[in-house]
Amino acid sequence: MSEITNQSLTSLAQNIKDKKLSSEEITKAFIERSEKSKELNTYISEDFSNAIDKAKKFDQNPNLNLKLPGIPIAVKDLFCTQNVRTTAGSKILENFIPTYESTVTQNIWDEGAILLGKLNCDEFAMGSSNETSFYGNVQNPIDKGLVPGGSSGGSAAALSGKLTPITIGTDTGGSIRQPASFTGTVGLKPTYGSCSRYGIVAFASSLDQAGPMAQNVKDCALLQEVISTYDKKDSTSIDFKRNEFSKELTKDIKGKKIGIPKEYRVDGMPKEIEELWQKGIQYVKDCGAEIIDISLPNTSYALPTYYIVAPAEASSNLARYDGVKYGFRAKGENLIDMYEKTRSEGFGAEVQRRIMIGTYVLSSGYYDAYYLKAQKVRKLIKNDFDEAYKKVDAILTPSTPSSAFKIGEKKDDPVSMYLNDIFTVPVNLAGLPAISIPAGHDASGYPLGLQIIGKAFKEQEILNIAYAMEDKINFKNNITDWWIK
Amino acid sequence: MSKNKSEYLIERTNNIYEVVIGLEVHAQVTSNSKLFSSSSTKFGAEPNTQVSLVDAAFPGMLPVINEFCVKQAIKTGIGLRAKINKRSVFDRKNYFYADLPQGYQISQFKYPIVGEGTVILDMPDGQKEIGIERLHLEQDAGKSIHDMDPQNTLVDLNRSGVALMEIVSKPDLRTLEEVSTYIKKLRSIMRYLGTCDGNMQEGSLRADVNVSVRLKDSKELGTRCEIKNVNSIKFMQMAIDYEANRQVDLIEDGKIIDQETRLFDIRKNETRSMRSKEDAHDYRYFPDPDLLPLEVSDEFINELKSTIPELPDDKKKRFIEEFKLSAYEATILVSDIEISKYFEEVISKMGKNQDIKLAVNWITGELFAVLNNKNLEIAESPISAENLAKLVNLIKNGTISGKIAKTIFELMIDGDRDPQKIVEEKGLKQESDPKALEALIDKIINDNREKAIEYKQGKEKLFGFFVGQAMKASGGKANPQLINEILKKKL
Repeated sequence: MSEITNQSLTSLAQNIKDKKLSSEEITKAFIERSEKSKELNTYISEDFSNAIDKAKKFDQNPNLNLKLPGIPIAVKDLFCTQNVRTTAGSKILENFIPTYESTVTQNIWDEGAILLGKLNCDEFAMGSSNETSFYGNVQNPIDKGLVPGGSSGGSAAALSGKLTPITIGTDTGGSIRQPASFTGTVGLKPTYGSCSRYGIVAFASSLDQAGPMAQNVKDCALLQEVISTYDKKDSTSIDFKRNEFSKELTKDIKGKKIGIPKEYRVDGMPKEIEELWQKGIQYVKDCGAEIIDISLPNTSYALPTYYIVAPAEASSNLARYDGVKYGFRAKGENLIDMYEKTRSEGFGAEVQRRIMIGTYVLSSGYYDAYYLKAQKVRKLIKNDFDEAYKKVDAILTPSTPSSAFKIGEKKDDPVSMYLNDIFTVPVNLAGLPAISIPAGHDASGYPLGLQIIGKAFKEQEILNIAYAMEDKINFKNNITDWWIK
Repeated sequence: MSKNKSEYLIERTNNIYEVVIGLEVHAQVTSNSKLFSSSSTKFGAEPNTQVSLVDAAFPGMLPVINEFCVKQAIKTGIGLRAKINKRSVFDRKNYFYADLPQGYQISQFKYPIVGEGTVILDMPDGQKEIGIERLHLEQDAGKSIHDMDPQNTLVDLNRSGVALMEIVSKPDLRTLEEVSTYIKKLRSIMRYLGTCDGNMQEGSLRADVNVSVRLKDSKELGTRCEIKNVNSIKFMQMAIDYEANRQVDLIEDGKIIDQETRLFDIRKNETRSMRSKEDAHDYRYFPDPDLLPLEVSDEFINELKSTIPELPDDKKKRFIEEFKLSAYEATILVSDIEISKYFEEVISKMGKNQDIKLAVNWITGELFAVLNNKNLEIAESPISAENLAKLVNLIKNGTISGKIAKTIFELMIDGDRDPQKIVEEKGLKQESDPKALEALIDKIINDNREKAIEYKQGKEKLFGFFVGQAMKASGGKANPQLINEILKKKL
């Protein structure tokens, strides 16, 4: 048996079911490795001793019919977890301990999983490099000084660094897929309305979606199966028939029509990304799928549209962090002074920037020119996909325009940072599902991902395509454990 | 200043001004739970005991619409003869305040659930129609308490998230009486529907009052000022009166009226500027992305229509036709659903051979006086409809006189007693036997021969004396009609 922390979820679950491993052994193995991996700074809050207690309890009376039997999991610190501190990567929630559990995490515990701790992320999920977190940068296990991507940077780093066998993130504009791509892991952003938003700290409500992150497509499918449930507590949750993704998973994608959108061939895109894309096209052809050139004409408007819609919603969603009810409060002369000091000291620069953008685009006199227009463009972008899906079953693109960059490299250049989401953002605006799978390496040996975008509610379709491609790609992540002394 | 029934004009040396009033009424929806959470809405609970995670805006909490509140709003819309919008949208109204946990109020801005409608006012000089602009659903804020702690403002979130209907009238109101009648009519309609209890003391009904003035006969509207959050009809009238005169004074002095939000100081009886148009909040309304547009089907609306009870206007019409009441009487009896219920119960308990007019007089006269004295609602009436019906029947069938009835009525109040039993116990039955009364009157005439002669000689005023004597001799029980007849015959 290979080392515990190197095993996939599927393998760990099988070993527990076969009684070859106990939950306690597995939990302790991941904790031990996590303890040795502090330099990655993946955890904001650890819950290790509770995790061991829960593992022991599971072993005493193991329910082996569960999908995640005694499996320890660390999750992004955007999910509210009962009695475990939840910060959203922000100072303003530094001491916030929820009395309630998010639906997505509850679903995971209900299937037997055990919480290891809360993972670092960009503050309120606003960022593409995990550098906006109040709790510091996260190191990408791929190489020292490299960002893990964001906002689910802690999740991606913990997953690729083998500190958790699977994890969950949230994706508002690429926050699952981009870090998955940067760390050589698999990340799925489900259809909007597939996973409940109840108990997830909100960034941009019409775009936010939780999703699974895993080492391989099968684990990803299983986790999606667990977390995607209809939830009456979220008015935007959609009641549709959900597949048993892991059971229905197939590599047979013969005859599937895969679209290649010409607009994703952007100026200044590195040659290796173009080559990766071509390789991907060849893989799906090899699997018997048909390649069809398509056009998504409004693609270039996606990023500016996103940077109006998301900050607008965020500016309102974050109004509740005012120092009155919970979280950080600065001393002030009066109510207004207290608000100003609390929010100036409690929020980081990027969050403040987006609150200001959002406030601006919603203010009277600018609303029509920005917010309303952005909503119209958003509709056009969605129409583009609707048109394309008359001809194809799924769309293949690169996940990101580059591989992981250095910590600090783009920190002071927000526009260059925002450009990193250019391939992922349209998907959120259209509410579609998309998966990023590792597909190759750049010249420095850093992982590169390909994105498969599906029709709404057709997660099974893109999981199948990813599953088939995974086989052909045969990607190996090059993790040297450089941070373990 | 003239305060005619149909005109409310402000006169100055050279000019006469008309006052134009529009109301934005905030009516608390009658519902056990809040608009977007399951917390209780019960009034008077300990502070912060009816607050869910949603109401306090904890991270990751999401609103879920309370279908019952939607039904209540639609029913109210039907009661206002208004257009029900099959698609409406919840927006966020963004502003910071300590008692607004989300940092925004969920309201309806561009697409309200109810559109244009009409309210009919029964004014002394006829009916007047007041246009309804819209009705929308929104959340109430919490309550800031500034006077309990010398250093701090305390916040009670029990009210946070409670459903309100904002009912916006067109600027169709012209007099203080119309304002009063309009509020009462709205309240009455909503109480009939069970959609708002209309309790102004508990804050279930409050209004923002828009006031402007213009030269009489002018067609253009003047610049308006909005007086925020006035919670009684009397204060509304005082505020309007002050504000209208203030505006007229400004115009007369050649000054300009600033469009602004004002508040009414009840102690000083004046309105004061809260904020000018320039300082007005930019609420940054936008559709709430946590909620889908609210869509209701024709079936849903029709189903609700079928549950709408007979409303005051229809009831009034029926009362006039069925019971031959005057418009005035009918208006009073339908003004409150409980009064109309009481009245109809009295009618039904009276059985055949009923004297409706008499019943109306007793309800609007004696009974209302008692309720007024004891400060009771009709639902708390110390005399049940059944016993009042019995009393009216006792008068009608001649068992007791109206005068005796008043005595009995007083006795009935304590413990809702059966008037029949009181009559029996106290022997108050009216003497209607002509022979007995003739004997009694013979004796009186005999005892007062001189007065009888004077009467015959033309001193007709003495007739009353004989009636009085007869009533006195009978202990008040003699049938007054018979006494009259017999006296006329005998004298």
